[in-house]
Amino acid sequence: MHQFTIAELVKGLRNKDFSSTEVTQHYLERIARLDKTYNSYITVTPELALAQAKAADRRLADGNQPALCGVPIAHKDIFCTTGVRTSCGSKMLDNFIAPYNATIVDNYLDSGVVMLGKTNMDEFAMGSSNETSYYGPVKNPWAIDCVPGGSSGGSAAAVAAHLAPAATASDTGGSIRQPAALCGLTGIKPTYGRVSRWGMIAFASSLDQAGILSRTAEDAAILLNDMASYDAKDSTCVERDVPDYTADLNKPLNGLRIGVPKEYFGEGLNPQTAAHVESAIKVYESLGATIHSVSLPHTHLAVPAYYVIAPAECSANLSRFDGVRYGHRCENPKDLNDLYMRSRSEGFGAEVKRRILVGTYALSAGYYDAYYSKAQKIRRLIKQDFVDAFQNVDVIIGPTSPSPAFQFGSKTKDPVAMYLEDIYTIATNLAGLPGLSIPCGLVDNKPVGLQLIGNFFAESQLLNAAHQFQQATNFHQQTAPNID
Amino acid sequence: MAVDRSDIAKLSKLARIQISDEAADEAAKSISDVLALVDQLQAVNTDGVLPMAHPLDAVQRLRADVVTEANQREMFQSIAPAVQDGLYLVPQVIE
Repeated sequence: MHQFTIAELVKGLRNKDFSSTEVTQHYLERIARLDKTYNSYITVTPELALAQAKAADRRLADGNQPALCGVPIAHKDIFCTTGVRTSCGSKMLDNFIAPYNATIVDNYLDSGVVMLGKTNMDEFAMGSSNETSYYGPVKNPWAIDCVPGGSSGGSAAAVAAHLAPAATASDTGGSIRQPAALCGLTGIKPTYGRVSRWGMIAFASSLDQAGILSRTAEDAAILLNDMASYDAKDSTCVERDVPDYTADLNKPLNGLRIGVPKEYFGEGLNPQTAAHVESAIKVYESLGATIHSVSLPHTHLAVPAYYVIAPAECSANLSRFDGVRYGHRCENPKDLNDLYMRSRSEGFGAEVKRRILVGTYALSAGYYDAYYSKAQKIRRLIKQDFVDAFQNVDVIIGPTSPSPAFQFGSKTKDPVAMYLEDIYTIATNLAGLPGLSIPCGLVDNKPVGLQLIGNFFAESQLLNAAHQFQQATNFHQQTAPNID
Repeated sequence: MAVDRSDIAKLSKLARIQISDEAADEAAKSISDVLALVDQLQAVNTDGVLPMAHPLDAVQRLRADVVTEANQREMFQSIAPAVQDGLYLVPQVIE
């Protein structure tokens, strides 16, 4: 049962081949038996899941239920869930029971989706390896001594280990696409503003966007249909109809213009990863797409601009954690400043503190123009690169990540080396564009990700291109060794 | 730009994050490494380029000035570390 895709679960539930309770119980049993190895969940919610499954089964019996009714998924622990701990991977929120649901959680509840639990993640989504989580690192099901990527590493490992058929995730600089690449999954980060950020704990508000980790592009399309919505409670959410993302999946790719940016194949890219990406481009050619060389000349400035903008916004967003209203509070504060100081210093981990301090520096008196304002100008140049490229092509293709999953501890001592892990994904967030990663081969038995970047609100086109690739290849059907 | 121990002390105060004396040198080094990375931006000519705040240049939406949320103080305070009589408790501020 855990081998079914979301599309197969939807069909099986509708045909009454099995009930939501049966599927949910099956997954809960697997999680209880296997997750000790992977640590992909922070909180499993069996009672709630079974109650939701029972309710879904009643709706299924009545008929006329939404497509996803009864399908179980996992939520990244960055999304607020009423009555359930929402830790964001931090000691700061270890005791935080959210008093409300994130909009995307409500959207899925309305559809009758069952929540299996909350997945592990880098603390406050700051990391590319899941090693900064207060709840310990997540193991990559493909190679137990390697990272699953981050920050949505728990969501990725849970799906790759068949401990959830799909999971929600969030992406500020690559946090959906890089774990998708490292765990052999499909991961989509929609256009900035397509999905509500309400109730998704903020890291860098101008970059954060929720999305999906799944086994196939078809599953991502089905799930995005219910995740995306206009939400007046998120002031940056874009008021625009949500199309049926499954409608274009089977469109032939004849005449699709694919751009290949030369800047994404330079120094630092693993040659075997590059070879798989090049083979994937040939697959697209055989499917009728035309391949064009494009240039994104400001690519090398994406990581530096991001490490001004993201820490600056993080330092502002995380100032709310003060030990007064919710979250961790130190013992016996001697005065108000001591309360702030010790609560924050005890509650945050090393990487979060580093980013708060960098952001504080970038925003402090005398430095604002040189850092934040400068980075925001560079950001416009980066976006303009894409706007120019999309004059001549429909989709941009390249690697998701410079190399396959790396070993635990190999980059923790050098933050800058860790930051470069997101060198191909960050520009998409800065520009606000949708991006997607799909598996396209193995290097040393570890998955390689192919990244597809689309124009604003071109999610349907990205999912179509990914689905057609998955009709022509079987990389997405490969599972990690030892996973049945 | 590199930061030193005195910068770290200033940032620590601004951000309300304690950095012990022993950790100050390491913090200065790792933050200097990040700043060295971002200093690449300074070499780029950005004359006439407007800072970008939103990818679609969206502006803040306005809404009618009417009450949309009911008071939920009890629910919100049920997760607070210390409350009394509907108020959040902090150490005494005024003598």
